[in-house]
Amino acid sequence: MSAVSPDTPAMLTTADGAPLKVSFDRALRRSRLKALALVLPLFAFLLITFLVPIGDMLLRSVENQLVGNVLHRTVKALDHWDQGSGELPDEEAFAALVADFQEGRENRTIGRVGVRLNYESGGMSSLFRKTGRRAKRITEAPFREAMIKLDKRWGNLDVWRLIKRESDAYTASYYLSAVDMRFIADGSIARQDENRQIYVRLFGRTLWLSLVITVLCLLLGYPISYLMATLPVRTSNLLMIMVLLPFWTSLLVRTTCWIALLQQQGVINDLLVWVGIIGEDNRLAMIHNRTGTIIAMTHILLPFMVLPLYSVMKTIPPSYLRAARSLGANPFTAFVRVYMPNTVAGVGAGSILVFIIAIGYYITPALVGGTSGTLISNFIAHHMQVSLNWGLAAALGALLLAAVLALYVLYDKIVGIDNMKLG
Amino acid sequence: MALPPYTSTLERIWFYTFRTICGLVFFFLIAPLVVIVPLSFNSVPYFTFTPEMLAFDPAGYSTRWYQDFFTNLNWQGAVKNSVIIAFFATILATALGTLAALGLSRAHMPFRTTVMGLLISPMIVPLIISAAGMYFFYSKVGLQGSYLGVILAHTALGTPFVVITVTATLVGFDHSLTRAAASLGSSPAHTFFKVIVPIILPGVISGALFAFVTSFDEVVVILFVASYEQRTIPWQMFSGIREQISPTILAVATILVCVSVMLLVATEMLRRRGERLRGLSPA
Repeated sequence: MSAVSPDTPAMLTTADGAPLKVSFDRALRRSRLKALALVLPLFAFLLITFLVPIGDMLLRSVENQLVGNVLHRTVKALDHWDQGSGELPDEEAFAALVADFQEGRENRTIGRVGVRLNYESGGMSSLFRKTGRRAKRITEAPFREAMIKLDKRWGNLDVWRLIKRESDAYTASYYLSAVDMRFIADGSIARQDENRQIYVRLFGRTLWLSLVITVLCLLLGYPISYLMATLPVRTSNLLMIMVLLPFWTSLLVRTTCWIALLQQQGVINDLLVWVGIIGEDNRLAMIHNRTGTIIAMTHILLPFMVLPLYSVMKTIPPSYLRAARSLGANPFTAFVRVYMPNTVAGVGAGSILVFIIAIGYYITPALVGGTSGTLISNFIAHHMQVSLNWGLAAALGALLLAAVLALYVLYDKIVGIDNMKLG
Repeated sequence: MALPPYTSTLERIWFYTFRTICGLVFFFLIAPLVVIVPLSFNSVPYFTFTPEMLAFDPAGYSTRWYQDFFTNLNWQGAVKNSVIIAFFATILATALGTLAALGLSRAHMPFRTTVMGLLISPMIVPLIISAAGMYFFYSKVGLQGSYLGVILAHTALGTPFVVITVTATLVGFDHSLTRAAASLGSSPAHTFFKVIVPIILPGVISGALFAFVTSFDEVVVILFVASYEQRTIPWQMFSGIREQISPTILAVATILVCVSVMLLVATEMLRRRGERLRGLSPA
C-alpha cells in the first residue's frame, strides 16, 4: 500500500463509515449465507427423503429392542442371575417368563421373539411357539417345574444365556452373521457351522465377478476408445453413437435382449446348432448362471468404461507417438511406453466406476444370474422380501455401503467429484 | 485414416486385425439391441427366429405383441404411471438441483466438497441400499405404496445428475455479468432469468433429461417403494420376465429402444448447440 499518503487515517473505512475490514467480513458472511440458502432446499430434501432413511436402515443392523421389550419382566429378573454359575435362574425369573409369555401371546409379539432368537440358535422359534400356546395353563407356582415339564429346553442353561445376551438394546450379532461368525453359548465368538457359511463366500464372489467384469470392460473398451480417439471427429462421433445408444437404453431392455440371445432355445444357441458347432442335445447353458451375469453386465457397464477412457485419450496429442517412432521406438514400444502411461487416469477412473456399479448391482443378476451368478445385493433383497431378516439385510447393506464408499473416496482421489462427466 | 504407402506387411496385418477387433466390440454393443427388433414381430410366443421368419414368410410375422401392449391394461397403466412419476420427479429434481448448483458454484460456498459429496450421494450409494432404506422409512411414515412416495424417491435419485450438469456449465461462469446486470439496475430475479438462465440452460435441460431417464428407467427402488397401483414400465417388465415371459416384453423393448434413439438425438443436438453458443466449435 505504498500509494497511501501519510495524511490518510490509519484505518480505511467505507462510504458509510464502517471500517473496511468489518464491512468486508459482513459482505463475505452475506455471500456465504446466500450460497448456503441456495443449497439448503435440496439438502433438506435429501436429508428427509434419502439420508435419514439410509441412516435409519443402518441403525437396524444393530438395533435389538424386541427381546428386551417383550420379555421385559424376565430380563429384569435375570439382572442378578450369574450366567457363569452353572445354575438355572431362580423361581422369580421363571414366574416372570410365564407372565411375559402370557402377555406376549395376547399381543401376538411372542412369535416374533422366537423368530428373532431363531437367527441365533436353531429351534428357538418352535420352542417359543409351543410355549406360547401352552403358557396360559400355568397359573400357579412352582413355575420352574411347570415350564421345564412343558418343554425340557427351559432347563437348558444356553437358552437362558441366549435370552440374557439378546436382551441388550443393541447387538453385534447381525454383523457377526454377515461375516459367517456367531456367538456361541458362553458368549464368545466362533465361526459359523460349515454348511451355514455363505456370506464371506458371497462377498468374495461379488468382488471376484465385479473384478472379472471390470477387466472385461477394460479389455473391450480400451481398443474402441483408442480407435475413436484417433479417428477424425466426424467418424468418431458416429461410432460414439454406438456406445451411447446402449447407454441411453433402459437397463431392463438390455437385460431382456440378453435373455432372448442367451437362453437354451435362444438366438445364439440356435445359430450354433445351425452352423453345426454344437449338437441339438448339448445346447450351451449361458443364462441363469455365472456366465449370464458376466456377459450381460459387461455389456451394460461397457459405456461407463469407454466414456472416461475416451475423454482422456482425446487429450493425448498424436505427436507423442510420432515423436517416439522418430526416436527409434517400434510401434509396440511406442504404444506401451508412451501412449499407455498417459491413459492411466482414464483407466483408473473407468475401472473404479465400473467396479463400484458392479458390486452393488441387483437387477441383472436377479434376472439372468440363476443361483451361481447372484451377488450380495440379491441376498439383501432376499432378506428384505423373503426371509424378513431385516437386521441381517441391514448389516449386509452396511458392509456393502462401506466398500462402495471406500472405493468412491479412491475415485475422488483419482478423478475428483468436480470432474465427473456425464454422457 | 488410410494407411501410408510405407507401412510394413506386419503393420498392415495389425491395422486390419485391430479394426476387426473394434468392429466386433461395436457389434457386441449394438447387436443385442438390433436383434430384438425383428424378434418382436414374431407370430408365435418364442424368443427366437422361427423357420418361417428366416424364410421371410409373412405368416411368420405379426404385430400381435404390439397390439397386446396397446390394449393390455397392465401395460397401459404402467406407461401412464411411468410418465406421471418421471414428469413430477424431473420437475422437482431440476428445480432443487439447479438452485443447489448455483449455490455450490458461488465463490464463498463453505464446506463445498462435503456438501457436494452428500448431494450426489444418491448416485453413489448402491440402489439396493437406497431402496431398502426408503422401504423401511417410507413404510414408517405411510409413504410406501403411494405416488408421493415414489415421486419423492425418484426426485432424490435424479437430483445428483442435475447438480453435476448444471455445476459443469457454471465452471468458468463470469460473475461480473451478474454484477454488470445489477449495476445497470436489474433486480436479482430479472438478472436470474435474463442473464443466468440463458447461460445455464443447456446444463439444466441435459440434467433434466438425465433425471427423467433415471426415473423412467429405475426399477430397484420402484420394486420396494411402489405397489401394483404405482407400477411403471420397468416394474411391469421385471415382473413379466420373472413370471410369464411373453414377446410383449420384446415389443416394449423395441419401443423403448426407439425412445432412446430419440433421446440420443436430442442430447446430441443440445450438446452441439451448447458448444456453438460457447464458441467451442465453429458452426
